[in-house]
Formats: sequence, structure tokens, C-alpha cells
Amino acid sequence: MAKFYFKSSPKQEKQLTPKKETIDFLLHYSKALKVVEYQKITFESFLN
Amino acid sequence: MKNYTITDAVLVSNYINGDEAALSTLITRHKQRIYSFIYSKVYDQDVTEDIFQDTFIKVIKTLKKGKYNEEGKFLPWVIRISHNLVIDHFRKGNRMPKFEDNGEFSIFSVISDTDLNAEKRIIKDQVEEDLRGLIQELPEDQKEVLIMRIYKDMSFKEISDKTGVSINTALGRMRYALINLRKVIDKNNIVLTN
Repeated sequence: MAKFYFKSSPKQEKQLTPKKETIDFLLHYSKALKVVEYQKITFESFLN
Repeated sequence: MKNYTITDAVLVSNYINGDEAALSTLITRHKQRIYSFIYSKVYDQDVTEDIFQDTFIKVIKTLKKGKYNEEGKFLPWVIRISHNLVIDHFRKGNRMPKFEDNGEFSIFSVISDTDLNAEKRIIKDQVEEDLRGLIQELPEDQKEVLIMRIYKDMSFKEISDKTGVSINTALGRMRYALINLRKVIDKNNIVLTN
């Protein structure tokens, strides 16, 4: 019974950090995104 | 607040000037705070992951467009963006109700039984019965218009044709019928709720 009550919640053991894939995606996204301004118009382009 | 050797402001400035590694440092430095903040609002890791990603996509775009106003408040700014995206997420959820995916499909998560249960049906019958009794107490002209309008679903034009009074008179009788009903209900403390 004691075991039942004192069993810690598995949710709290989770590390609250984003996945490595998410971080990698953002870094690649940042490298690929180029913003060019021409005559007050902003252009976004991706280099893939 | 932690003391870092390179401040956020310097990293942001370096990133705007083309140093991609500065972004990596910024994300590594604040990822846990931002991720935990989002998770504390949505309690779902997949949704948190999506909102975290969308937050930094906005951050990247704003910085690259040179629209970021440096006031030494990088983290509060990012938190504010994520907060707005969390609100967007809940607004979207309200518009498009989803059914829970807990491994097994339940048809009752997408359809619901709108029929009244036995108890509510009895209450509804009683309320309608009481209301019919109250209507009988109304003056004859008002009762006639109310029954034609509510129970027979006739238009005021049809009521006027049938009773031989003008539309305005029929409207007036309907109005007084409702006023009188409310008066009787209030006076006798009658509860007409389902």
C-alpha cells in the first residue's frame, strides 16, 4: 500500500528540454533563410 | 538572473551581423526556460515542441529582418512570443474540437447524445405543463395571439389576417402576453427551468 502511495509520478521525471531534432531544424532554418531588402520591400529566400 | 560571459545583447548583435553560432548559443542558453514555460501552459510535449519551434522561427525572422529592438530583454521578448503562440493554439483548439487519441477510437468522442435523459425529460414536460396552465390565465386576445405565434408558428401577418386586427395590434398583444406571463411567474415565484 505504501508503495502505491509513494510511487513518484513518471511525468515529473521528464527533462523539459526540446528535442535535438527541433534545435537542429532551427539552426538549419536560420542558415538557409536569407532576408533581402530592396527598395523598402523585404524578400525572404531559402537556400536549400 | 545568470551572469554570462557574453550577454544576450552581444549574441543577438553578432547573430544579426551573420554569426550563426550566436543563435545556437542563445537557444542552448534559454531552451529550458522557454520550453518549460510553454509546457506549463499546454501540458503536451508534442504541442510544446511545435510552439517552441514556431517561437524561434519568429525570432529568427524578426532578427534577420532587423526589426528587433534591443533593450537588453531578449528572454522576456521570446517568452512573450511563445505566450502569444500558446494563446493562438488554444484559440485554434476552440474552433476545431479534436477527439482524444488514447490508443483506442471511441465514436462518442466525435458524436454526442443530445437527447435528454429520463429525469430532464420529466422536468421539461412539467415546465411545459406549468407554462400551458399560465397561458390559460391570460386575457383572451393575448392568449389567442401567443398560441398562434408560439404553438402554431404563424407569422404576425397571418395572425393579423386570421384575427382581423392590424399587425401592430397583434405585436402589441404578443408583447403584453409576455409581460403578463413574466409578472405572474415573478409574483408566484414559479421556477421554469430545465
